[in-house]
Amino acid sequence: MKELTFETLIAVFEEMFGRGLFWALAIVAGIITLGYFYVLVRDRAVSWRKFLLAQISMPFGAIAAVLFVQWVTNSGFRDIGGPVDAIVLLMVATAGAIGIAVLTYTVESLIWPKKEA
Amino acid sequence: MTRRHDIPATRRAFLGLAGGAAALGLAGGAPARAAKVATRARIVILGAGAAGTALANRLAERLEGAQITLLDGRAEHWYQPGFTLIAAGLKPASYSVSRTSDWLPASASLIAEAAAEIDPEAKVVTTASGTRVPYDFLVVATGLTLDWDAIEGFSLDLVGKDGIGAVYAGPDYAAKTWAEMDRFTDSGGRAVFFRPATEMKCAGAPLKYAFLTEDYATRKGTRGKVDITYFAQSKSLFGVPIVAEKVRMLFEERGIGTEYSHVMKAIDPGRKIITFTDADGLEHETDYDFTNVIPPMRAPEVVRNSPLPWSGKWEGEGWVEVDPQTLRHNRYPEVFAVGDVAGVPKGKTAASVKWQVPVVEDRIVAQLAGQEGTEVYDGYTSCPLITRIGRAMLIEFDYHNNLVPSFPGLIAPLEELWISWLMKEVALKATYNAMLRGKA
Repeated sequence: MKELTFETLIAVFEEMFGRGLFWALAIVAGIITLGYFYVLVRDRAVSWRKFLLAQISMPFGAIAAVLFVQWVTNSGFRDIGGPVDAIVLLMVATAGAIGIAVLTYTVESLIWPKKEA
Repeated sequence: MTRRHDIPATRRAFLGLAGGAAALGLAGGAPARAAKVATRARIVILGAGAAGTALANRLAERLEGAQITLLDGRAEHWYQPGFTLIAAGLKPASYSVSRTSDWLPASASLIAEAAAEIDPEAKVVTTASGTRVPYDFLVVATGLTLDWDAIEGFSLDLVGKDGIGAVYAGPDYAAKTWAEMDRFTDSGGRAVFFRPATEMKCAGAPLKYAFLTEDYATRKGTRGKVDITYFAQSKSLFGVPIVAEKVRMLFEERGIGTEYSHVMKAIDPGRKIITFTDADGLEHETDYDFTNVIPPMRAPEVVRNSPLPWSGKWEGEGWVEVDPQTLRHNRYPEVFAVGDVAGVPKGKTAASVKWQVPVVEDRIVAQLAGQEGTEVYDGYTSCPLITRIGRAMLIEFDYHNNLVPSFPGLIAPLEELWISWLMKEVALKATYNAMLRGKA
């Protein structure tokens, strides 16, 4: 790679999912993130009870993210060939875990806003 | 749960976060470009493939008022790095096909014809229909010609039948090759792979296809009845010694047989025999049940018949005589060559194009601005050498046979890695497309 710019990265992701799906996913992720901040600001606090369920969901998000990447790229666990591969795998898993935790927390807070008030 | 354990979150904190994110977004924006150079120069680019298109876009971005004309008779643009994936059954033929006209800058004009004559003394190109196109700068980016007729007994009609494949011939032929490889790895037999003795584009591709065939046989459980032999044209499996040695080790590990100094000469589809010539000129026949035919490669006829090629070097191949560092013609300073047709060692890949194009852009723009260009090409090329589905070696090297890894210490060039496969499978085409638009 000669230069890795933000624009190139966007182009890479558009290619991975197709332009429509990529931007749809990006918008969904943006809405969920905004929703997360919205419930935080609205409730003025992090609810640890809601966070518990969010944490329980994390391993599922991690596994789903890894399987999704493997499915998109026609590859599997047997292809892990070196330390950098393990790091990439863990990064994908971490992203999946955090993503689903934020999603779970936001959905819970939106559905049951006053349970702990 | 009590309030004590809760983290306070305020509107102010939220706004602070949002502000920070916006600042990051701004910081990631593109840097301001230098002012455009005003010129009336006529720049003619022969070929609207990877090199011609990328250069046209970059020049259009840098120059104001230049007359950029591209000549290309082919309506389809082919993403050639995708051919291996098509021939491995992982992508459809359409994966590599787009329209030539879709990638060109609005300010450039396309003549949908090939060049028929190049006259560098008069500085004129004549098209197939006889139109004369005069130029101030000429960039030869025609790509190369696959010389199928040079193989006795072969014609492209044979591809997709009786174990004959030809990955290089185009997206549809790559798909036909996959159908034959799929059938072969079900039924078993003898696979014969080789490469031509001429300069060629992506010298890693013939090796990749041997690895992929071996991988499919192993996955299908038919490896026991599949015999694979790779016939190298020289005494080595790859032009870069350290890579050649690694490939030799991997071939040995996978049970892929090797023969050296064998150049393919003829194929007899009826008897299923391929004839090779060895270093002493002796002929050797070998039977096959599956093969990937790769013909000799040369500059297109219009270039070979012009005064532009090297003499006394690459005889009969016709590559354009350019300085390896600047890609400027040694005898006609207003002529450049970029991409497969350039007479430089190595450098016949899309990755080479990505490095060569900014050099030619710099040299032309600087000259038009009354300066001397400074950018230099040092032979960089890259080959994600697939060793099986899911793994590849990200091999990058230069004129001097040195490895020049983009991610030293992180992505080892001679290791079979998943991350290198991910790059080939998902990131490469996007990077290529960005390059076509002049943005990578």
